[in-house]
Amino acid sequence: MSGSRQLADWTAGAEAIVYQSCAACGAGQYFRRSFCAACGAPDPVEKRASGQGTVYATSLVCRAATPETRAHIPYNIVLVDTPEGFRMMAHGDSDLSIGDEVTVHFVPFAGRLVPYFARTK
Amino acid sequence: MSFITGVGLTAYGRHEGSSSLDLMSKAAELAIADAGLKRSEIDGILCGYSTVAPHIMLATVFAEHFGIRPSYAHAVQVGGATGLAMTMLAHHLVEAGVVRHVLVVGGENRLTGQSRDASILALAQVGHPDYEVPLGPTIPAYYGLVASRYMHEYGVTQEDLAEFAVLMRKHALTHPGAQFHDPITVADVMASKPVALPLKLLDCCPVSDGGAAFVISREPTGETGVRVRGCAQAHTHQHVTAAPALSELGAEIAIARAKQAAGVAISDVRYAAVYDSFTITLAMLLEDLGLARRGEAASRVRSGYFGRDGEMPLNTHGGLLSYGHCGVGGAMAHLVETHLQMTGRAGNRQVRDASIALLHGDGGVLSSHVSMFLERTR
Repeated sequence: MSGSRQLADWTAGAEAIVYQSCAACGAGQYFRRSFCAACGAPDPVEKRASGQGTVYATSLVCRAATPETRAHIPYNIVLVDTPEGFRMMAHGDSDLSIGDEVTVHFVPFAGRLVPYFARTK
Repeated sequence: MSFITGVGLTAYGRHEGSSSLDLMSKAAELAIADAGLKRSEIDGILCGYSTVAPHIMLATVFAEHFGIRPSYAHAVQVGGATGLAMTMLAHHLVEAGVVRHVLVVGGENRLTGQSRDASILALAQVGHPDYEVPLGPTIPAYYGLVASRYMHEYGVTQEDLAEFAVLMRKHALTHPGAQFHDPITVADVMASKPVALPLKLLDCCPVSDGGAAFVISREPTGETGVRVRGCAQAHTHQHVTAAPALSELGAEIAIARAKQAAGVAISDVRYAAVYDSFTITLAMLLEDLGLARRGEAASRVRSGYFGRDGEMPLNTHGGLLSYGHCGVGGAMAHLVETHLQMTGRAGNRQVRDASIALLHGDGGVLSSHVSMFLERTR
């Protein structure tokens, strides 16, 4: 994967969610690239997300394929829509429902740090 | 014009000691014999991939192994849509006059050639390497996410999804080559082990060994012609995180383009062969394709609409869910069964009328779609 990385995020072990915003067309994107996938303009600006969101979908994983992930089952994989306009995959409380307002924190999982969403209090 | 002139299919399940090339060869031999051709008449080869034995040039590896020196050959990789994508390409190659007889082949010892964990792990890699895979998702989890949303938007229940598993098993009971031959009920599906909720074990297709092949030719070689009437693709995303809204998924785009290419309406279709990696896949695709209204596919299963004697017989061999899933060959079995139905050779599974068939394949997480209409010409 290419792209200049100014802000560290959870994929690099930091407690943060980072997205990119295109100065030319205004589109946002979650998967880091060196260009805007909507218009092709170079160097989208990296921004730190608020960590808020709304649950779009959930799936409770009960069968994992590696010893490292198996130690965590069951774990809830969620898709969360953020107010910044992008969708992301993360972990979440097992009782989350679609439409729940959620806030992120970060937890260890299979040797990594991953985003974990709980209902916003 | 192009015609599917021969089909070959092994039993799916365990083929202890068979390699991917063995299974591809067995299916290829059956398809070429079915077309009434000699190996030397095959001048094009398209093949899929094997997760057990990955190779950068599988088509030429296979051609050498099988004993063919084609004038056109390469592999194609579109996940579960590979079989129909290869058929579409073969159709265009034949129409363009590049080759006369294309062998399309897929086969893999996915069940006995590696552990189930290895299969699950290999397939999970269709996820994004940085933003998805570190979270420990599996293919059932990607589809579990889609299922949760679809159920939420259209009021579909887990019991509704279970109906598709029961139907595919019922169909598999009548095919000696199917992996599963024990009848199941909705209660059995509901009580099966949770895999990635809302999907349970019996909502998921199995891992299988097997092989499938077809020959696509410029002219029919037998008495009954099965013609590729028209086909189309759509590719909207790779990763589920980047998928469009449910109402904008690729199946609807592909079927609209295929209907236009073929000049066929859904009301003309008499037999359906639809990708069914999970019960949710089948439910969604049937509704995306227009074979049922939103949220109503399950009630059509209950009323017998998709049964052998129903108005729209569907996957009469048992589908991926119960005939089995050996990778690329998995959904190719749908086309083999369609061909048998269209040529009146489906034995105790034979439907009344399979004069026009609709086939649909899906690769990734509803990422890549191929829709195709086949027509019996005489």
